Amino acid sequence: MEHQISSAFWVLSFVILTSAILLVSLKNVFHCALFMVLCLFSVAGIFILLDAEFLAAAQVLIYVGAVSILMIFAIMLTNNLTNRVIKQTNENGLVSLFVCLSFAVGAIMLISKTHSWNYRANELGHDNSLILGKYLMTEFMLPFEVISVLLLAAMIGAIALARKERS
Amino acid sequence: MTFPVAVLELYPLFRWLSGVLESFGFSANTVLIISYAVLGVIMFSALSIIALFLVWWERKIAAHMQQRFGPMRHGWHGWYQTIMDAIKLLQKEDVRVASRDKIVYFWAPVICFVAAYLAYIVMPWGKNLIVADFNIGILYIMAVTTFTVIALLMAGWGSNNKYALLGGMRSAAQVVSYEIPMVASILTVILFVGSMSMVDIVTSQSGWIFNWFIFKLPFGPIAFVTYLIAATAEANRTPFDIPEAEQELVAGFNIEYSGMKFAMFFLAEFINMFTVSALAATLFLGGWNGWSFIPSWAWFLMKTFGVVFLMMLIRWTYPRLRVDQLMEFAWKFLVPVTFANLILAAVIKYAGWHW
Repeated sequence: MEHQISSAFWVLSFVILTSAILLVSLKNVFHCALFMVLCLFSVAGIFILLDAEFLAAAQVLIYVGAVSILMIFAIMLTNNLTNRVIKQTNENGLVSLFVCLSFAVGAIMLISKTHSWNYRANELGHDNSLILGKYLMTEFMLPFEVISVLLLAAMIGAIALARKERS
Repeated sequence: MTFPVAVLELYPLFRWLSGVLESFGFSANTVLIISYAVLGVIMFSALSIIALFLVWWERKIAAHMQQRFGPMRHGWHGWYQTIMDAIKLLQKEDVRVASRDKIVYFWAPVICFVAAYLAYIVMPWGKNLIVADFNIGILYIMAVTTFTVIALLMAGWGSNNKYALLGGMRSAAQVVSYEIPMVASILTVILFVGSMSMVDIVTSQSGWIFNWFIFKLPFGPIAFVTYLIAATAEANRTPFDIPEAEQELVAGFNIEYSGMKFAMFFLAEFINMFTVSALAATLFLGGWNGWSFIPSWAWFLMKTFGVVFLMMLIRWTYPRLRVDQLMEFAWKFLVPVTFANLILAAVIKYAGWHW
């Protein structure tokens, strides 16, 4: 079983990385959006391997079912974006490469330095959605509410920006 | 020997199968994989037969509600009409648009079809008759069915046709909007059961008929009705079938598809209708619970086909909503009602005013 899990991990990682690279390098914006769907879906697979089924389902439901669809909508509604091959160039390529690399190195260093995690998904037992809910309503109540308010503010802001003033 | 999880009703079949396979010298792991494959084939065949039957049934009900006979030529009351239709669609030339987006155009019906079938992994067909009982069961179904929306958008975009694109966006907007009231109605059930596993949801409604969730007054019937409305919209059926609207518009996302690709969209639509009906039966009508002299899977099928029948009656009774009315109904009526109902259910659960 261990062997199958690790091979599944490698396959998923390969799919995630390939689709992530294709996402930022393809010339057709719609294809980029579809590869984003594939990338986020594979991340859900990683969550399944970590026994975090609730997170996996939430990942698919939110990122595949809502966020990606909104992005595809935005692509379709934007003029001169569909049916056109757009050159994907970034003038600050070197800078962004440096930023990405430093972030990756920092994250890897931080993870490898941490020896004792507070909570591990597979230690929480089979029904970890129950425990997740309890923690969200008790210990992590404040961050949860702050994020909710932030999302609400972003939504209202988007509506305010998109709404045309009646003259 | 371990068998696929909880297929005890099919136990003799799988014991026989594993005996045969082990006599050929396969390892236990291979036998398990083959057993799951056989189970998948069984589910696929059963669902395809159900989809073909639903197409015929829909045509018959439509015909009889309009004082017609419907299909009559092939067999008794045309019972194998849809089989003939399927064979015809298989033989048809696959007409493709020259300027299509080849990969997207090809994968859209495949994803739609697969997403429709994936939900049945956690569907409790009867007592001990379920492929796998995930502890996130119902959430899993909601998650995999969102792939339908992606498939609709892919079909609309890949066809490189402005009507298909508009149709795809219309369908996607509708499905995304109605998913919120649908999930909010389902949440009232989850709130009471305290678990998202489909088996737990069904067993919590066992006992007598008033343990069914639809009879949990006052929020149960409200949740059922809002769920049914949202589910009708999710399955793109009249009165919410503006994505199709064959009498008024040039269909929707599927206009550039022909032959088997069209058939895949068509079958996926009927499978989706069966899925939402099966969910209604499982969540609100007690699933496979019933008098024990009728087998549990028969109860499940009876309840599900009852909900399907109701949806078909609704389809041929009510006029369709305009697209702006559709959106207004979802956001200004259904969403507030379902959330108020959810809060009401939470208060009742917290105060303990229920049986």
